[in-house]
Amino acid sequence: MTSPTTQSAPTTVAPPPSTPVRVAPGRATRAVLVKIALLGVLDALVVYAVLTLLAVGEPGLAVGSALAAALVNWVYLRRDWLPAKYLVPGTAFLLAFQLFVILYSGYVAFTNYGDGHVGTKDDAVAVILSKSLTRVPDSPSYPMSVLERDGELSFLVAAPDGAVLLGGDERPLEAVEGARLDGTTPVGLDGYRTLDFAAMIADQARIAATSVPFSDDPEAGALRTQDGSTAYRYASTMDWDPAAGTFTDRATGAVYRDGGNGAFVDADGTEIMPGWKIEVGFENFTRAFTERSIRGPLLGVVVWTFVFAGVSVGSTFLAGMLLALLLDDPRIRLRRTFRALVILPYAFPPFLSALVWSGLLNPQFGFINQTLLGGADVPWLTDPLLAKVSILLVNLWLGYPYMFLVATGALQSIPRDYLEAAEMDGAGAWRRLGSIRLPLLMVTMAPLLISSFAFNFNNFNLIYMLTEGGPQDISTEMNVGATDILITLVYKVAFGETSGRDYGLASAFSIIIFVLVAAFAIYSFRRTRSLEDTHR
Amino acid sequence: MSTSHAPAPRRHRGKVTLVAKHAAAVVVAVVAVFPILYVVSASLNPHGSLVGSNSLFSRIDLANYVNLFERPAQPYGAWFVNTLYIGLVSSAGTVLLAALAAYAFSRMRFRGRRAGLVSILLVQMFPQLLGVVAIFLLLMTLGEIFPGIGLDTHAGLILVYLGGAMGVNTYLIYGFFNTVPAEIDEAAKLDGAGHARIFFTIVLRLSAPILAVVALLSFIGTSSEFVVASVVLTDPHKQTLAVGLFQFISQETSSNWSIFAAGAVLAALPVVALFFALQRYIVGGLTAGAVK
Repeated sequence: MTSPTTQSAPTTVAPPPSTPVRVAPGRATRAVLVKIALLGVLDALVVYAVLTLLAVGEPGLAVGSALAAALVNWVYLRRDWLPAKYLVPGTAFLLAFQLFVILYSGYVAFTNYGDGHVGTKDDAVAVILSKSLTRVPDSPSYPMSVLERDGELSFLVAAPDGAVLLGGDERPLEAVEGARLDGTTPVGLDGYRTLDFAAMIADQARIAATSVPFSDDPEAGALRTQDGSTAYRYASTMDWDPAAGTFTDRATGAVYRDGGNGAFVDADGTEIMPGWKIEVGFENFTRAFTERSIRGPLLGVVVWTFVFAGVSVGSTFLAGMLLALLLDDPRIRLRRTFRALVILPYAFPPFLSALVWSGLLNPQFGFINQTLLGGADVPWLTDPLLAKVSILLVNLWLGYPYMFLVATGALQSIPRDYLEAAEMDGAGAWRRLGSIRLPLLMVTMAPLLISSFAFNFNNFNLIYMLTEGGPQDISTEMNVGATDILITLVYKVAFGETSGRDYGLASAFSIIIFVLVAAFAIYSFRRTRSLEDTHR
Repeated sequence: MSTSHAPAPRRHRGKVTLVAKHAAAVVVAVVAVFPILYVVSASLNPHGSLVGSNSLFSRIDLANYVNLFERPAQPYGAWFVNTLYIGLVSSAGTVLLAALAAYAFSRMRFRGRRAGLVSILLVQMFPQLLGVVAIFLLLMTLGEIFPGIGLDTHAGLILVYLGGAMGVNTYLIYGFFNTVPAEIDEAAKLDGAGHARIFFTIVLRLSAPILAVVALLSFIGTSSEFVVASVVLTDPHKQTLAVGLFQFISQETSSNWSIFAAGAVLAALPVVALFFALQRYIVGGLTAGAVK
């Protein structure tokens, strides 16, 4: 950090009142107008947001946004507090999308949030009831038409007693007046468009998925249709007992109750899905460290993450430094050309490089095996060990130019006098390298090595673009591969297509990364401080 | 490291070393350039498949570059425009937010200044992608109330990216502001300029090089960001190049390799060009940022 004492920055912020500076009135007015206009836009957005939040029933968030907006207005409308005026915009984003996100990850890590555990318990009850709908065997038929308004589908049906009813998904049937009838079939209603046959074919899936409840009580059953012209009564095979909080399967008589894990379970332990979201305490963490199917792969992934980051930093640093020393020799011809060529990998977007390398290293068709090795069959990306080696080699290719650039800069900034003085004293080339150039180089490079380690620790793009974490580890049912690092594991557990989504467990893994990175950060800050001190 | 002052018997050894050094430089240059030559060659090869791309520069044809824009399932043109849009808006916003904060840290003395600098340094140790699950859930919830900034919107993604604007960027700009003499501010203040005018018309203008570097680095960062973008953007027409091209490769594997190669070359071209144009500043920025 640049020491602030070397700067002659002003110590007071606002123009001191003792210096009566007259600001040109036109300028000042314009600045105030711009400020008022910006605040006005912000306030208009916040009013809109607050009204929307109130409308969807989130009074807490509405009050929160109103208070935040009031605070911002207060900061910008008062005369002093100048630093806050410059810090508020960035800090607001930082709080919302970095700090809050970190805290929220922490919360999610203590829940069972994921596939099948998304909503509240009430949501789960409603979904279970509607999912277990089956046609009531002696249901009367309800002649009907499908109507549409504002993109929403409604069923217009004639009840057996002749009453005409209208309803839709989550809108229970209500009697309507003035429907047009064709015989007993209702065919139209003012303000609605009746779907013709072609339109029904086009919207078939949506129509078949619509179930119109008879009343607000989900147990009353619902109307569904297969063909869009006749609806039948459907009822749930599950009986919901709100007082006891249990489901009873009408066919088997099995009773399902809240098992404490965010799902209904029967006596044998069979769960019905969906469940709901609950807080599970440390369960995700205990699962990660004790459940054999997770612990084994997780341990492997943690070790590999450290090996990957450590070897990547070491190899790129070594290669970059050697290359910098090599091209620092003034006797090399075309030095500028060589310098431009060897940093090309750094200019090429890394995610594209990784994808290109995945093609080059493709075992069956890739250039390396087919052309360079004359049709060899080296499993570069499919053998667990070789895939790791390939990852490290590709990362060497991607990473050495950065180290080369920095090392070159550092070498060139070493004063010539030092080297000449050493030469006078009779130090040979190796001695000058070991005693002057390398130690001075390290002062510049040490902090870079730390940030490079931190970067590679979470180098998602390289791993995912090159191998997607594969080859898959088939000894465990978890979706994990030989080259997965922690962050790719988080991604797969949270958004994996094959294994189902488990936000809770994924967030627990994120928290583990947080802890590791924080420990590393604290440790390395201490180390660099001592390193800087020794060279002061 | 041989020297010209070496005694006569070592002359010969010095020559051998020099030849070896040239050889080493050539080898590194070949390894560095080869994959890029390969992808350029593949993009010009009308054979299309991965195997067909192995004979370098055997045929030269621009058909892949045309074909690239004619695939409805993989709208490359849309990806390109989306990437430019998201990258430009987020990098402009990043520069603004970071420069505002850096100005306060560099020119003003207030309580909590040190703590502020340190906490920015700390927060940036934790890259945003660690919170990808929470970001996804946050945007999902936001989107239910405000569809304009929910999942599958560019605005939502840009807002998230701006959350990472402070951090190293503030530090880079802060370091540069410190080198702009404060006497200039003082003089302007005496002439009657307000703080906002000093900031926007004097300090920012004098700091153009570092602003360009921060803008470029953040543009490169957002345009190759995959994790958050892939989770937020699901509609192919809204995706970015990183997400789209990755899925292109996973869906088509090796059969349409040369079309991918054409897409990769087009996507990389502006970045590579900008990089070499601004190389001097970038290298300066990198070391400055690291050494602080």
